[in-house]
Amino acid sequence: MRLSLKVWRQSDKDAAGGFEDYKLDHVSPDMSFLEMFDVLNEQLIEEGKEPVAFDHDCREGICGMCSMYINGRPHGPLRGVTTCQLHMRSFKDGDTIVVEPWRAQAFPVIKDLVVDRDAFDRVISAGGFVSVNTGNAQDANALPIAKEAADDAFAAAACIGCGACVAACKNASAMLFVSAKISQLALLPQGQAERSIRAEKMVAQMDAEGFGACTNTGACSAECPKEISLENIARMNREYIGAKFSSSAV
Amino acid sequence: MSWFSQTLTSSIGKKLLMALTGLFLISFLVIHATINAMIFYNDGGETFSHWGHFMGTNPIIRTLEIGLVAGFLIHIIDGLMLWKSNRDARPVKYAVNNAAANSTWYSRSMGLLGTLLLIFLVIHTSHFWIPNRSNQFATGEELNLYQMMLDIFQNPIVVLIYVLGCVSLFWHLLHGFKSAFQSLGLNHVKYNGAISFVGTAFSIIVPILFALMPISIYLGWVK
Ligand code: HEM
Ligand code: SF4
Ligand code: FES
Repeated sequence: MRLSLKVWRQSDKDAAGGFEDYKLDHVSPDMSFLEMFDVLNEQLIEEGKEPVAFDHDCREGICGMCSMYINGRPHGPLRGVTTCQLHMRSFKDGDTIVVEPWRAQAFPVIKDLVVDRDAFDRVISAGGFVSVNTGNAQDANALPIAKEAADDAFAAAACIGCGACVAACKNASAMLFVSAKISQLALLPQGQAERSIRAEKMVAQMDAEGFGACTNTGACSAECPKEISLENIARMNREYIGAKFSSSAV
Repeated sequence: MSWFSQTLTSSIGKKLLMALTGLFLISFLVIHATINAMIFYNDGGETFSHWGHFMGTNPIIRTLEIGLVAGFLIHIIDGLMLWKSNRDARPVKYAVNNAAANSTWYSRSMGLLGTLLLIFLVIHTSHFWIPNRSNQFATGEELNLYQMMLDIFQNPIVVLIYVLGCVSLFWHLLHGFKSAFQSLGLNHVKYNGAISFVGTAFSIIVPILFALMPISIYLGWVK
């Protein structure tokens, strides 16, 4: 395959940045999108140019690092697929592909296609955990959990923190991510002790990071590689409003 | 800040206010549309004026009207604040954005549709509500709203503005009705179908009913 690429290049956080055009003549349809970028980078290195910086780690759809906004959509044209699991057979010979970083106030560009997603870590640090002293693992049957609750918690826990929801949302809202993290713990017995304070603190941190609010367009869930459901956002709204009006934290 | 104002100024709190005021405005639309539809009796405005008089003079309704004005103000101010902070959350736009692949245009245009409704509201209240209430305040007498309608809707430009207002209302409600339930956390497999059905039906029926009023008067169907 022959491809034309328009890739966002930006030397550091404060630099202006702009698009650069590249041509690739020997792209295999079986390559992943990131492998195609490896080929581009080798070509750039051979030409004595600076390779394109992009985030990646597992390359098997589980770490959430591979943030690329491809032809106007996070993680490219397929549903439920990360950039690393997107293959060049999803494109046509002669295509022009535009690649940009996630765009959000809370996700500043560090370099080229790499953005700083520490805001997500700070939201998790605010309450996305269970504080218990670990001891011996207790018998699994000691804590009965309804099958539906376990299934919903598991589906929410599939979130890999990639930030595609923020990237896709017209408001750069992080509510799908935050609601998945609040839900996975609110649904399980281990999460009950800190349930209210968790919802209050995580939402407060989400707001402090400068993410937008939700307009319920559904773009996040449609673009989420793990297809996290909007039901989680409704649950977060219930958790937060319920906690705010009933908890003893003034 | 007290916990209460902190709650209502948080992102979810702002959405809570939008949803509550939005549903309140929807309940107002039910009453407004029902009473105005009395003109279709085509009885020279007798039934319409009877109910109009009740709405304009009954002390309970007049008290609720203060709540309605407050509801509108909160919805509008909160909506514009959300629109601003949501825009600030993405200072650099995408060069290429294929939003149509993941969401409807009208769900992404609530601020624009709301602003069109606001412009319509200014025109609409200056036609009927403001002159009538100021006359009541000055002289204690109500104006003949039915006759005013017959006069105002002789102008095709005015009829067009009202129809466009109804079109904006249709799109605003088509997303807003369902969205309000999601904002309130009311998302449940057993009820989502019903909410979606009632929301779509409401968004179609009410704007059509409203649009038919100026059209019928202009075309002389209602005299
Ligand atoms: C009769 C008139 C109106 C009705 C019945 C109405 C109803 C609604 C409803 C039900 C929602 C959904 C709330 C939610 O998502 O939780 C909504 C959202 C919204 N409305 Fe209205 N509205 C009206 C007029 C207006 C006006 C005049 C404005 C002026 C700015 C406005 C601006 C907005 C905005 C910006 C949103 C979206 C907020 C967001 O989710 O980001 N609306 N409206
Ligand atoms: S909710 Fe989906 S899109 Fe958002 S961070 Fe989690 S996996 Fe990524
Ligand atoms: S590189 Fe790990 S999810 Fe794509």
